[in-house]
Amino acid sequence: MKPIELKKGIYWVGVVDWNVRSFHGHTYTTKRGTTYNAYLIVDEKICLVDTVFGPFAGEMIARIREIVDPARIDYIIANHVETDHSGALPALMRLCPQAIVLGTEKCKEGLYKHYFGDWTFQVVKTGDTLSLGKRSLTFMEAPMIHWPDSMFTYCPQEELLLPNDAFGQHLASSERFDDEVDQCALMDEAKTYYANILWPLSTLILRKLEEVRKLDLAISMIAPSHGIIWRKDPLKIVHAYAAWAKQEPADKVVIAYETMWGATERMARAISEGLRDAGVEFALYNVAETDRTQVITEMLDAKGFLFGSSTHDNDMLPAIAGFLELVKGFKPKKRLAGAFGSYGWAGGAVKEIEAVVKEAGIEPALPSLGIRFMPDEKELKACYQFGVDFGMKIKGG
Amino acid sequence: MDKYRCTVCGYIYDPATGDPDNGIEPGTPFEKVPASWVCPECGVGKDMFEKV
Repeated sequence: MKPIELKKGIYWVGVVDWNVRSFHGHTYTTKRGTTYNAYLIVDEKICLVDTVFGPFAGEMIARIREIVDPARIDYIIANHVETDHSGALPALMRLCPQAIVLGTEKCKEGLYKHYFGDWTFQVVKTGDTLSLGKRSLTFMEAPMIHWPDSMFTYCPQEELLLPNDAFGQHLASSERFDDEVDQCALMDEAKTYYANILWPLSTLILRKLEEVRKLDLAISMIAPSHGIIWRKDPLKIVHAYAAWAKQEPADKVVIAYETMWGATERMARAISEGLRDAGVEFALYNVAETDRTQVITEMLDAKGFLFGSSTHDNDMLPAIAGFLELVKGFKPKKRLAGAFGSYGWAGGAVKEIEAVVKEAGIEPALPSLGIRFMPDEKELKACYQFGVDFGMKIKGG
Repeated sequence: MDKYRCTVCGYIYDPATGDPDNGIEPGTPFEKVPASWVCPECGVGKDMFEKV
């Protein structure tokens, strides 16, 4: 239960959740597990920044106990209401009932509506400062990055930014710092986090990045609430966020489809041949088979989306329908899309796909392609041509 | 008077009802809502709203 010192007198007292595989219910697959990061600052006053998911409260408290008696905690900063960061609060508050909890007004309301605790709460706003002795903390509200209550905490004396979920990754590991882990895994999980959680908030993120840039804060370390702490190159993840938030996707297509008896899959494969011959990178996923978290990550920097489904009960199949519900919520910008699918009699799936694509704010780039039962040779050529045509549009032709 | 929707959370600002809890009297058109006002549901700024 050893804590890890990230700066003199500042400790990681979080937990590693090696086994969690479903997050936010079942909306996000955490194939590499995650961590819940809490940070203890020992100064003239003792301050804990965030806690951990409730079932791990004991482990966090044991780690704190290695440094100080939890009863001595003066302040608890709640950067975010969500239970994976606040879940250990009730257990902790029983040990330090005099501690003052600090957070935004929305955080105060939200924490009460989670735990109904009779705690002393101090509402803070952007620019407010809390002195701990030699060090101080400054707060910056960050509404909808990614909940209304979210805020960032900054320690100027240590050049340390504690932005809670921003810049985090679901990555369980024995190491705690960016220079100690596999870089591909780290950036893959950071991108997955952005794509699956922050994508729809890209406009707000760009503005917040600009706001922080104008403050000209010295930042030597970014310690998020999930995953690895950025100490070697903290700006690497800031620059990556700026690039993702700008939504300037690459000439790349993701084909996401579901198939009943293989006809729609044959169409997808023929379309992909056309994309290849148009010189466009692509990835092909049956969303009933592939974990959707991975497909969404692949879509973040893809300019083109092609969605396919067999017609079943005059509609799309259920896995692709559920998948498109998620995509709709991301409000993707600067994308091209198209629909295809096989049907037996009346059809219907491609029309439903078109409708969802439009609801997502994307105009279909070319007429949808529907084929009755199995595609014959001529129809496979039409699929191939559909791929070529879509590929040319991706390349701006 | 036009209604405005928060593009982040979907809250609708209706000038007829205003936002009295946050000092905006009923009958205040969106244009007259101060720039410092934020969405009462999710907290984002006025510039994240669009006309319904």
